[in-house]
Amino acid sequence: MSFPWAKQYEPKLPLTRWLDERLPVPRLVYNSLGGGYPVPRNLNYFWNFGVLAGAALAIQIITGIVLAMHYAANGTVAFDSVESIMRDVNAGWFLRYAHANGASMFFIVVYTHIFRGLYYGSYKAPREMVWLLGVVIFLLMMATAFMGYVLPWGQMSFWGAQVITGFFSAIPLVGDTIRIWLLGGFAPDNAALNRFFSLHYLLPFVIAGVIILHIWALHIPGSNNPTGVDVKGEQDTVPFHPYYTAKDGFGLGIFLLIFASLLFFFPNYLGHPDNYIPANPLSTPAHIVPEWYFWPFYAILRAFTADFILPAKLWGVLAMFGSILLLFFLPWLDSSPVRSMNYRPKARIAFWVLVADIAILGYCGGAPATATYVILSQICAAYYFAHFLIILPIISRSERPRPLPNSITEAVLANHGGTSPAKTALATSTTSPAPHAAH
Amino acid sequence: MATVDDMVPPGESPEPFHEEAHDPRRRDFINIAAVSFAGVGAVAIVLPLINQMNPSADVLAQSTTEIDLSKILPGQAIKTSFRKQPLFVRNLTPKEISEADAVDIATLRDPQTLEERTKAGKKNWLITLGVCTHLGCVPLGAGEGENKGPFGGYFCPCHGSAYDTAARIRKGPAPTNLHVPDYAFNSDTVVTVG
Repeated sequence: MSFPWAKQYEPKLPLTRWLDERLPVPRLVYNSLGGGYPVPRNLNYFWNFGVLAGAALAIQIITGIVLAMHYAANGTVAFDSVESIMRDVNAGWFLRYAHANGASMFFIVVYTHIFRGLYYGSYKAPREMVWLLGVVIFLLMMATAFMGYVLPWGQMSFWGAQVITGFFSAIPLVGDTIRIWLLGGFAPDNAALNRFFSLHYLLPFVIAGVIILHIWALHIPGSNNPTGVDVKGEQDTVPFHPYYTAKDGFGLGIFLLIFASLLFFFPNYLGHPDNYIPANPLSTPAHIVPEWYFWPFYAILRAFTADFILPAKLWGVLAMFGSILLLFFLPWLDSSPVRSMNYRPKARIAFWVLVADIAILGYCGGAPATATYVILSQICAAYYFAHFLIILPIISRSERPRPLPNSITEAVLANHGGTSPAKTALATSTTSPAPHAAH
Repeated sequence: MATVDDMVPPGESPEPFHEEAHDPRRRDFINIAAVSFAGVGAVAIVLPLINQMNPSADVLAQSTTEIDLSKILPGQAIKTSFRKQPLFVRNLTPKEISEADAVDIATLRDPQTLEERTKAGKKNWLITLGVCTHLGCVPLGAGEGENKGPFGGYFCPCHGSAYDTAARIRKGPAPTNLHVPDYAFNSDTVVTVG
């Protein structure tokens, strides 16, 4: 694991020496998050987001466990128990708002983390497994977030559950049976609410387990970096601690500031007012929307309006799941050996067009299903698939990349190491690194 | 590869170990049999774990509902509940019936006539689930003053599916007509659904 020049853990106290011989947990921590993990010296602030995602998960687990002490998963009292958390439980409002907005922060951080990986080619060899496990974590997060949103048993909770479990009824022949099995009834009710609560409590720990595998898989080749160039020697790396513990600590402070502003000043900004109406199985809200982090996928679902061999409904469901499952194949769809988009002029443009495309899909997914938005969703959904299945494979075979620096150190000394995100991902300047400026 | 069978305990003749090599050997057979038996057991244990997720007896027990039709005037509809799902009961006007009959069923996505969707001699009583066949929203049109959509039946606000006066899908993403549950007339004014 890691590089040969990684520092070895040397317990100094008799107690730590005794522990190291019996259960080397401090050694494991030292090798994963301490001085024993050498990291490229040129990581920019986009590399904070992995640690921030871990922090967000920790916040969700802690607030969630506390909320579960006051919540009752029963259709007759669930809504009231959430209101009692808001009004009666000491600091209940704080914990619930922290949990609800913490979910949004978790997705903001994870989406940035995913786009960081896309931009700097972190999904490519030898880090394919890191990427695949990341997509698994993303799917688990979506399932967890969906089931969590059902628990307050408001109108959006109920109808969200109705619509999402309705996806399964699109499966030919066995669809309705599967849906009834998932819900434990013919419509969402107590049985569904209880099992969603049970799974909502379980899945975050499964996520934590897959995160351990994700980090394990990462630490075998070591972290990628903004140049995408492999580490060549000891001069290219610095120990994780204190260099990146300090940098991540600073980033965590900024993250907490933004989180606190959302939590204390705009706690309902990202929520939906209809979810403060108790669930009513006989009345559908005029405009059903999922939480913002599902909007791009919801737009893809709604983009299919006409039958073509298969029913439109099945196409929508297949496309929505396909848009995520497609990411599993990304390491093999993009065959360019150059990782960082900083050195891939065409792929870099395609990346930013994809970002804009997903942003427009997100906007359409949150908007009512009028003709204009449906057509816009159709165009953007088509582009989303075209990007991964046509544009990226073609670019990766045809584009001529700009010259890569010989090493990370050379790039850093020539001031092209990408330590400043403004100079790499966000910059329009495309000055090529001067290979000999270092000397 | 050296296996346990190749090793001869001290003081014993190698003879019994090399007698004859059956394939599979007796030990392999015992191994396969034991693991298979445990596998069958594991599968058997999984069955109740899967089955517990199916609707429980009390949920299934709510499977019939009686409805009194005497208060529903022609042109009116009521929204009631069947298996915790909304149920639409509609008394069609002669105009609505003739509109439904005027449609060429070959042009429909889910071809069905109004006769097939109602009981013989009770063509004016249209009883369907109020669950849009797209993703399960409750369509509008049963309540007083609600939007009945371009075909005068029901209109789902979620994704814009429009149903006609026989609750057949005419426009929008829903794949099939509104579902007609099993029901029977007990008398001229009472039906049992389920």
